[in-house]
Amino acid sequence: MSVETLRIGFIPLVDAAPLVVAADCGFAADEGLSVELVREVSWSNVRDKLNIGLFDAAHLLSPVAIASSLGIGHVRVPLIAPFNLGLNGNAITVSPRLHDELTAAGDGDIADPLASARALARVVAERKARGDDALNFGMTFPFSNHNYQLRFWMAAGGVDPDEDVRMVVLPPPYMVDSLTNGQVDAFCVGAPWNSVAVESGVGRILHFGCVIAARMSEKVLAVREQWAGAHPDVVAALIRALARAGTFIAEAANRTTVAAALSRRLDVPAELIARTLSGELKLSRDGKTRGDSRYILLGGDSTNRPDPVQAAWLYAQMARWGQTPLSDELCAAAQAVFRPDLYDLALRRAPAPHDGGPRDGVGAFAGPDFTADVGAYVAAWRAQRSGRPRLSLVR
Amino acid sequence: MAGSLKGPDSSQPGSSPAGELRDSSLKIVIVDESPIRAAILEDGLREAGFMHVEKLGDTHNLLKRIYAIDPDVILIDLENPSRDVLEHMFQMSRAVKRPVAMFVDQSDSASIQAAVDAGVSAYIVGGLKKERVTNILDLCISRFNAFARLQGELDRAKGALEERKVIDRAKGVLMRAKNYSEEEAYALLRKTAMNENKKIIEIAQSVLTAAELFK
Repeated sequence: MSVETLRIGFIPLVDAAPLVVAADCGFAADEGLSVELVREVSWSNVRDKLNIGLFDAAHLLSPVAIASSLGIGHVRVPLIAPFNLGLNGNAITVSPRLHDELTAAGDGDIADPLASARALARVVAERKARGDDALNFGMTFPFSNHNYQLRFWMAAGGVDPDEDVRMVVLPPPYMVDSLTNGQVDAFCVGAPWNSVAVESGVGRILHFGCVIAARMSEKVLAVREQWAGAHPDVVAALIRALARAGTFIAEAANRTTVAAALSRRLDVPAELIARTLSGELKLSRDGKTRGDSRYILLGGDSTNRPDPVQAAWLYAQMARWGQTPLSDELCAAAQAVFRPDLYDLALRRAPAPHDGGPRDGVGAFAGPDFTADVGAYVAAWRAQRSGRPRLSLVR
Repeated sequence: MAGSLKGPDSSQPGSSPAGELRDSSLKIVIVDESPIRAAILEDGLREAGFMHVEKLGDTHNLLKRIYAIDPDVILIDLENPSRDVLEHMFQMSRAVKRPVAMFVDQSDSASIQAAVDAGVSAYIVGGLKKERVTNILDLCISRFNAFARLQGELDRAKGALEERKVIDRAKGVLMRAKNYSEEEAYALLRKTAMNENKKIIEIAQSVLTAAELFK
């Protein structure tokens, strides 16, 4: 096997943990791999540097791996995802003012996403009647769970994300400032940025992403399909190193070690990272907390083994919101990006059965169960948009 | 000033008079947090006949400002996290007067590689002929590389200055301790460095460390 150094791009986020732990706690070296982690500032950079071969592999938003393989929105470069780095981990944070408006407009506990989404629909209608500006929602990338989670949530309450509010892309480090100066009224972002907003008192966490959908592929290890074909042994060794790192991370006893390693790579206090890993977050500055064992999942077979159902669900979101045409062929191509076969081959064992996950593999809080028949699934959602103009395709 | 910055790889866009006339109408926006680099790039573009060049230093309300300018070409440095904000423009054509697409196409991996190496990314209005922006991208790449060389020289000059200071202080220690002249002190540093196969700066640093210990 080639012992050259692997260059792997990453964005400083908690779900880069399997890569960081594999590189810094010896698991990569045990597999005979030398890994250089290269910190990047934008997903566009990570994607482009992976595409042109400046990176051998990358920590990538799962939908970006699919979009790149399907040629949506950018140059088509076939990527594969032989390892899932993280499930879930995002949260929706709103300004205290919007939180008050939602509470006043809600006819139930707005900790329930359906109640909060319906409250949002009322707030949006009231603002429209008063002639106020539309609400602005920040998210991190057009092809991201942050975008899809916000859209899924508000649409369930009857809000059209394209007509009733404005969706804006913001780099995660700018989220908190933008909420402070009123450029956005809410955002959906990964750890640790929701906690940063809570700590500074400019935001309140409304929902964890795992409440919108219980199981969402958030980040994958992405490599070029062509490169993987040329270096099967390196890919297998990398999967094994990451899988061992994942098992290490999933063990609560190792949390301090993991938080310390991440702290060095992310320049974020270890204590804040440890809290994120525990899944117990402060919701507002007055100290109210909420815990969810599914808040962020980074290790173990049920997290790390790529699940094509997740890829199909992400493709369905792209189609639902007009980012790509709807077809069974494209859906199959999206599913083929996720490669559980390579994961199983590298670990030389049959995967463990699912640990009591949602019955349709996704567990969204509203709408029909997800099925591989994405046409019917998306049609069911579109039928709910009664009286509204159909989405026009972009481009 | 701009002339001295041109590397041997510098290109001259708009070589034909007709080309210059046509390209001078293009509106170009530079998004760069480094004011010096942005100025170098703007200079080069103006010199090449592009008269409508605007620089955006901070990225506050970036999309709104870009829509207001309505550019044909947007250039952004790769160290800028706001690149992801620009990517969003692909997906919201209804909100933009004209859709914007990345310059490079699938056949153009050499030019994307050169651009990424130099640290710049370019976006153009869809439908603009590739030849019309190849010149602009080439110019960007050479200016970005020129800036990197300049930065490198500056860093080396700063480093050399620091080394001089350390060596001067080590000479001072030796002059006081051994009652040497400045020449004798320097000769001792140099001789020791040669004997130990090290750099003078390393010996000078050791002298200072030792002097600190003996204080």
